[in-house]
Amino acid sequence: MDFKDYYQILGVSKTATQDEIKRAYRKLARKYHPDVSKEPDAEAKFKEVAEAYEVLKDPEKRKAYDQFGSQWQQGQSYQPPPGWEQEFGFGGGGYTETGTGGFSEFFEALFGQGRFRTAGGRGGFRMRGEDLHANVYIDLEDAFRGTTQTISLSIPEVDPATGRLVEKSKRLQVKIPQGIQEGQKIRLAGQGAPGMGGGPNGDLYLEVHFKPHRWFKVEGKDLIVELPITPWEAALGAKVAVPTLAGKVELKIPPGSQTGKKLRLKGKGLPGKPPGDQYVVLKIVTPPADTPEAKKLYEEMAKVMPMNPRAAMGG
Amino acid sequence: MNQEIIVSGVVLDEHFRLTLVEVCQLCDVSAETVIELVNEGVVEIQGGEPQDWRFDAVAFQRLKAALRLERDLGVNPAGAALALDLLEELQMLRR
Repeated sequence: MDFKDYYQILGVSKTATQDEIKRAYRKLARKYHPDVSKEPDAEAKFKEVAEAYEVLKDPEKRKAYDQFGSQWQQGQSYQPPPGWEQEFGFGGGGYTETGTGGFSEFFEALFGQGRFRTAGGRGGFRMRGEDLHANVYIDLEDAFRGTTQTISLSIPEVDPATGRLVEKSKRLQVKIPQGIQEGQKIRLAGQGAPGMGGGPNGDLYLEVHFKPHRWFKVEGKDLIVELPITPWEAALGAKVAVPTLAGKVELKIPPGSQTGKKLRLKGKGLPGKPPGDQYVVLKIVTPPADTPEAKKLYEEMAKVMPMNPRAAMGG
Repeated sequence: MNQEIIVSGVVLDEHFRLTLVEVCQLCDVSAETVIELVNEGVVEIQGGEPQDWRFDAVAFQRLKAALRLERDLGVNPAGAALALDLLEELQMLRR
């Protein structure tokens, strides 16, 4: 177990006043709050900051921490001294501002021992377990058909033998329904942290994200695909095969189409009531003039079909 | 030891609706707390009287986020409403 320098985490001196500690916490909490921050490790940093504040805001805990932590540095291997709990008697909680789920092993060793011992007994406090949040990344094809994904979680649970909060690993097979959309959440009732004192379990909120797809972009339930076509298909019209999530379909390209023209395949997007559409955006690909015959053809085109596509720009 | 369970849940989509009682249970807060947040404009709900209120997926998620901001950052309901509006705007600009 590594020692945590709570003063360093909050960026305050060891002589900081309670007001200074509170100001430092608020500032860092705003920076790393998972609802606000876009930093990849925001949640972990927020928990670390909240844990530091949990200790330093409480004069009793701070005193105890100062007494036993003064000789240690951030990251050093650490064990609390024998008799620690009896001396300070941290068994009763008093956790106020933040959810305590996921505090470090270091915190639990110092302040967590026995804090939930009364929870399972008669007449103690009753508390709903914390809600947990996780992300799951799926293929677009799985969103179209529906799938089952296995996810691994680390859930804070009270060990009935010691009364200590421990992290337990749990694997869940979660059904992802057909037609789920990017960013949508699935609420899995009772799959969050366990309740205490007979309180109900929290819920697990699973946020679904799509892995990037080689062809399709997604907007809500609609799909967008860029379709390369030849100049003669664009000019003369054609029937071409277009990929959809349900398989290939034939699309009629109207004569005189230009790059950027958008054609709609109704109901070929993600399933739903109503289902989404698939939009096909045409992109004319010009064959290279890399043979004498090809060059001659382009020259003939220039003679037979003279045009200035920049006329409107005064070019 | 790992335990493996197959579970299915409820998608927070356009069909998702909760009553005030259900919201209170899921957020583990009192009705007064939720009513205060609604009255501050943190969330928009359907229905006239609190017993008729219905919270859709957007309202429910905003409410939970507001409760987290209150708990973790010490903001009041009006501050939480402002923060959530600005975050939504930021998210739209990022798209």
